[in-house]
Amino acid sequence: MSHDGHMSLNVEHLPTRTLPAEKPLRLLDNAGHAVSGESTGGFSLPDVETLLDLYRKMVVARRFDVQVTALTKQGRLATYPSAFGQEGCEIGAVASLDAVDWLFPTYRDSIALLTRGIAPGEILQSFRGDWHNGYDQHAYRTAAQATPLATQALHAVGLAHAARLRHDPIVALTFIGDGATSEGDTHEAFNFAAVWQTPTVFVVQNNQYAISVPLARQTRAATLADKAVGYGMPGFHVDGNDVAAMYAVTTAAVERARAGGGPTLVEGVTYRIESHTNSDDPTRYRSSREVEHWKRRDPIERLEKYLVSEGALTESLRADITDAAEDLAAATREVMTVEAELDPLELFDHVYSRPRAALAEQRAFLEAELAEAAQEAGR
Amino acid sequence: MTATATAGARAEASPTELTMAGALGAALRDAMAADDRVVVYGEDVGPLGGVFRVTDGLQAQFGEDRIWDSPLAESGIIGTAVGMAMYGLRPVVEMQFDAFSYPAFEQMVSHVAKMRNRTKGRVTLPMVVRIPCAGAIGGVEHHSDSSESYWASTPGLTVVMPSNPADAYSMLREAIDSDDPVVFMEPKSRYWARAPLALPVTTAPMDRAVVVREGTDVTLLAYGPTVRTALEAADAAIDEGLSIEVVDLRSLSPFDDETVGASVRKTSRAAVIHEAAQFGGYGAEVAARVTERNFHHLAAPILRIAGFDIPYPSPKLEEHHLPTADRVLAALDTWEWDA
Repeated sequence: MSHDGHMSLNVEHLPTRTLPAEKPLRLLDNAGHAVSGESTGGFSLPDVETLLDLYRKMVVARRFDVQVTALTKQGRLATYPSAFGQEGCEIGAVASLDAVDWLFPTYRDSIALLTRGIAPGEILQSFRGDWHNGYDQHAYRTAAQATPLATQALHAVGLAHAARLRHDPIVALTFIGDGATSEGDTHEAFNFAAVWQTPTVFVVQNNQYAISVPLARQTRAATLADKAVGYGMPGFHVDGNDVAAMYAVTTAAVERARAGGGPTLVEGVTYRIESHTNSDDPTRYRSSREVEHWKRRDPIERLEKYLVSEGALTESLRADITDAAEDLAAATREVMTVEAELDPLELFDHVYSRPRAALAEQRAFLEAELAEAAQEAGR
Repeated sequence: MTATATAGARAEASPTELTMAGALGAALRDAMAADDRVVVYGEDVGPLGGVFRVTDGLQAQFGEDRIWDSPLAESGIIGTAVGMAMYGLRPVVEMQFDAFSYPAFEQMVSHVAKMRNRTKGRVTLPMVVRIPCAGAIGGVEHHSDSSESYWASTPGLTVVMPSNPADAYSMLREAIDSDDPVVFMEPKSRYWARAPLALPVTTAPMDRAVVVREGTDVTLLAYGPTVRTALEAADAAIDEGLSIEVVDLRSLSPFDDETVGASVRKTSRAAVIHEAAQFGGYGAEVAARVTERNFHHLAAPILRIAGFDIPYPSPKLEEHHLPTADRVLAALDTWEWDA
């Protein structure tokens, strides 16, 4: 059966058969020097203004991440999956989006949400245990942080396809972890996106571990970006701790998607410096030597070296950024010290649009139970 | 009868003999014509018109941007529908057979069912998942499952199952208009059932049960394929001097306690009939909740007449598994009637 005439298939588009570079593409090396030649993959270093903006976003994001991890250790949050060390991936990718675009994040991507402008108190509602999702998805064009792995990738493909059917030039970007690439939904999302040519960008954050299981136990592929070839979409293997490269490649992928060029897979090679969550013990599955190795490849320090060498990061600018980060940390502490007032009766209010008699009965039951408890307490 | 002929019948608004498959196709056609946010996709729904021909002729009429064949992956179908519904479309997707819906289970229970609650109503998912369900069609393995209790026991899902062409049309239109996700189960063995219909037809609201036959001695609670079984039993019972009331549940979630309770309090005896296995099946919930709410009106325990607790049999053995009118009447005989 030929698909001739299907609007969603661009028959002129020839699927790529080229494997991504085996060595991760980068624009800045670990010493903060601009890279030239083949390893740039033909991408150019973003201008200094853009790099300064990325730097500021990463510094603020890390301060937030450190603050929330501390608050979690103090028992203020039920859990918090840190992205410490992954700022290059997170910020480089999310900064490539316009306000009209949609982000489909996972539980690890709180700093990407922060970068999209979502307030700390709204981001952390779920991790604090107040409600499963605390921000207006439509207002921020940011879906709920998905906990079931890779499921959100299909939502991103569906939303992107809907936008395309409506002729809206909107791109949906989704984050996927290295472990999640083993899930069936990753495969289905890649395939649906490629077949339908949806404006979707898949950013695989390869942080080397799925909780405790290393990448070698997830795949035999040389790179996760290689998988793109089998679906007929371009794949890029990128140094995820080089925010300049992540930003340049993702921006190109977003522009390509917006122009009708279809989906792209971007693998950012990075490392999760912190444990999976506060309940994890990473000493059981990785060496401190390995962690130290990656700490020496810090994405913020790398860009900082470059910006200092260019004379772009002045002391006053650095102080300004530090102040902004500290202000955000203080605001985060403040919002997390105030216990949210929760109404248990709201448990029944949002399950269905159409009221249900059985739920009204159960709501009345809980209401009576609460009233009785209040009376007991007052006695 | 093709769906194209159905559309003609609708224009003339005079009764035409329609199958349930034809009525479903007409409902899709009319919903797509009424609202350009309605899109239809799934496996083989395009040029083929679906394996049961429910979508026959729709792609020719509406084009491939409104109805198209998706890749063959059920989680992908449901997961992308979530994204489309988030964007404001009203996707109606087909699962082909209930046993083939299982790859989509995670998307259904973790996202379709939970999105509205998770977002405090800020994100609704106006989507319909059509699932051809149940057996008695001589299907080989994996073509005759009854999956309704999986969906009905998941908070956040609305689960309905029509038993006749008029309800099929009316309930599918209502499901597509609903702002909540609806699991729309279509009993395969009733796809070819015919009824004279003048479209568009509006029957009872899809969340209500309906008394389809009045009686005074026993209430038979049935849905989908077993409504016919219940009606056959009611016919046969006349010879035994037994007056049977038949309630077509229509909606499995929510459950219409009001209509069912009123019938059971009138007759004081009830039995629930379904093809699915008895253990942990939908009938267990029906028997429990109807008993809890009407115990003092009951003269006897509520019976379940269900499939055996076995995997669905091969075609040559399925007749032994499925509830029949004889089996229903035999079950009613186990009650003490003299008290």
